[in-house]
Amino acid sequence: MSEADLVLFLEASVRLGVPLALAAMGEAITERSGVINIGLEGSLIAGALGGALAALAFGSAEAGVLGGAAAGVLAALVFAAFAVGLGTDQIITGTAVTLGGLGFTGAVYQARFGATGTALTLPTLAPLPIPGLADIPWLGSALFAQAPTAYLAYLLAPALWYFLFRTEWGLELRAVGENPDAAQAAGVRVRRVRVLATLFGGALAGIAGAHLALAHAGTFAENMSAGRGFIAIAVVALGRWNPPLVLLAALLFGAASALQFLLQAVGVDLPYQLFLAFPYLLTLAALAGWLGRTRAPAALALPWPRRG
Amino acid sequence: MRWPERVMGGPLAVATGAVLLTAMLGAVLLWAGGYDPLAAARAAALGAFGTRDALLSITLVRSVPLILTGLAIAVAFRAGVWNVGAEGQLYAGAVAAVWVGLEGGSLPALLLVPAVLGAAGVAGALWALAPALMKLRLGVGEVITTLLMNFVAIYLAAYMVHGPLQEPRGVFPQTGPIAEGARLPVLVPGTRLHVGVVLALVAAAGLSWLFRRTRIGFQMRAVGASSDAARIAGRIDTRKVVLIAFLGSGALAGLAGGVQVAGVTYALYEGLSPGWGYTAIAVALLAALNPIGVLATAVLFGALEAGAAAMQRDAGVPAVWAVAAQSLVILAVLALDRVRHRAGSEASGV
Repeated sequence: MSEADLVLFLEASVRLGVPLALAAMGEAITERSGVINIGLEGSLIAGALGGALAALAFGSAEAGVLGGAAAGVLAALVFAAFAVGLGTDQIITGTAVTLGGLGFTGAVYQARFGATGTALTLPTLAPLPIPGLADIPWLGSALFAQAPTAYLAYLLAPALWYFLFRTEWGLELRAVGENPDAAQAAGVRVRRVRVLATLFGGALAGIAGAHLALAHAGTFAENMSAGRGFIAIAVVALGRWNPPLVLLAALLFGAASALQFLLQAVGVDLPYQLFLAFPYLLTLAALAGWLGRTRAPAALALPWPRRG
Repeated sequence: MRWPERVMGGPLAVATGAVLLTAMLGAVLLWAGGYDPLAAARAAALGAFGTRDALLSITLVRSVPLILTGLAIAVAFRAGVWNVGAEGQLYAGAVAAVWVGLEGGSLPALLLVPAVLGAAGVAGALWALAPALMKLRLGVGEVITTLLMNFVAIYLAAYMVHGPLQEPRGVFPQTGPIAEGARLPVLVPGTRLHVGVVLALVAAAGLSWLFRRTRIGFQMRAVGASSDAARIAGRIDTRKVVLIAFLGSGALAGLAGGVQVAGVTYALYEGLSPGWGYTAIAVALLAALNPIGVLATAVLFGALEAGAAAMQRDAGVPAVWAVAAQSLVILAVLALDRVRHRAGSEASGV
């Protein structure tokens, strides 16, 4: 294995980890409020299409990122209206939003660009090397010669940690996720907090989707989210609902995916499927408490107010 | 006495209303998208029910895994077990079924078919056991763990078809065909309808009886309604009930994988399931978790899949609209169900 292979591997780990990190950090905020959004996949794919359409319309990848965020919020809004507004079951609602995201993006894409799926060429979100940092040996190009969305992820990790654990609003958000009745008694508007947390998660998932279309593929393809919304939910658990750890967990999942390219590049015939399964097993182990104490927010997935 | 109305009239009205609402909304959206809704509906109906072959070889064959996974979800959700892992349990069942079907070629069919299906059910149940124990022993919620187990199962199946169980020439990422004696016989000669459909019917009837007439069926409903009340007031061993719900659900989902392998594909490959484990949630919900209802809604969803292909071919409407329709139908059920509950609680003064 040459040094070049290793650098490529690290670079791919980060590139594959970034969309997971963005979606998972958003979902971490959502889950901290007691809402598990299984419809995250719907926000991701909506973000990919919204990002592609906005980038085409305005001729800029940056506009695409904003379009992706808006589309992700739209999908999350449907989820929030049902699961928080009407108090429907979060798992079932999330399933509907995921199916709806995959179905309607496919329908819109085919209506606009035809069933043959003419390959779109989009303005791309090009890597933006940070002068100085990108020249650090090995890790420099992996971490600091990425698309701008990667830097958004790096900045969000400490910012969201500060928000969650050092601000009044963060405290209220966590209270809503741990004990909504007590939070309400203390004057917190539980539903509003949950809706906002869900929409924030949708926005980040939408940006993650736009990143897939604009920074990875340079095009939109049906189902291109490829289950990343569900993977992000696993990443949140491995990252213990704590944004900086969630970022690291996402990079680990990215590394597991990147490993198959490394193994192919160096010509080692190892069963890479088992490596792909590894982060999921690690997450199960983490949830089982084998890697230290981990606990989901106490009110996660419970409808509120509770029905009698 | 509102009970019979709640069980029979209520959910049936909600399901019918949801299907009608989805059809109307779908028609408007199709029209807005520049398609002809009537031509689409005609093509879909003909594609799903128009000919003997469409009905038996396509619609019903596609309904079988949806019935079994739909029943799996019904068992779990009744007891308040949020098993999102039917997809993984299905793959675990498919892997076990293929393995037995490849290795057991020397056995007579009378033994081999039950061995294949039994292995599938056991594998599905075992796949559900890990999340069950994590919930019961460690208090870890099953939504995330069952979801995680899906990925592990899908990668396990991928490993199998690239590795130990790959077809002998080692070219394609799939297993070789299972032994003739491991395959489910065709039920109606000249069609692809296999006896798995009978198995699905029996499973639905059995579960219906179990839910309505047995102690464990009652206990599951009680635990699902309120775990604390069932434990304290009903003196029910809730942990045992939850474990049974997990294992039963996993076994049914595993059986779905086994039946698909033994009745349709005769081999395992990546992407065996187009997401039946998730669609099953819609199937079971539309049926209000009623096993006999699952038969109807699974056939409806099977027809939707079959009709979608015909709709794309004959009316130029992309098949992906069927996925969008599944989403609309779930949202319609959820909304109508809430409306019904609100109306109900106002009427009874609660």
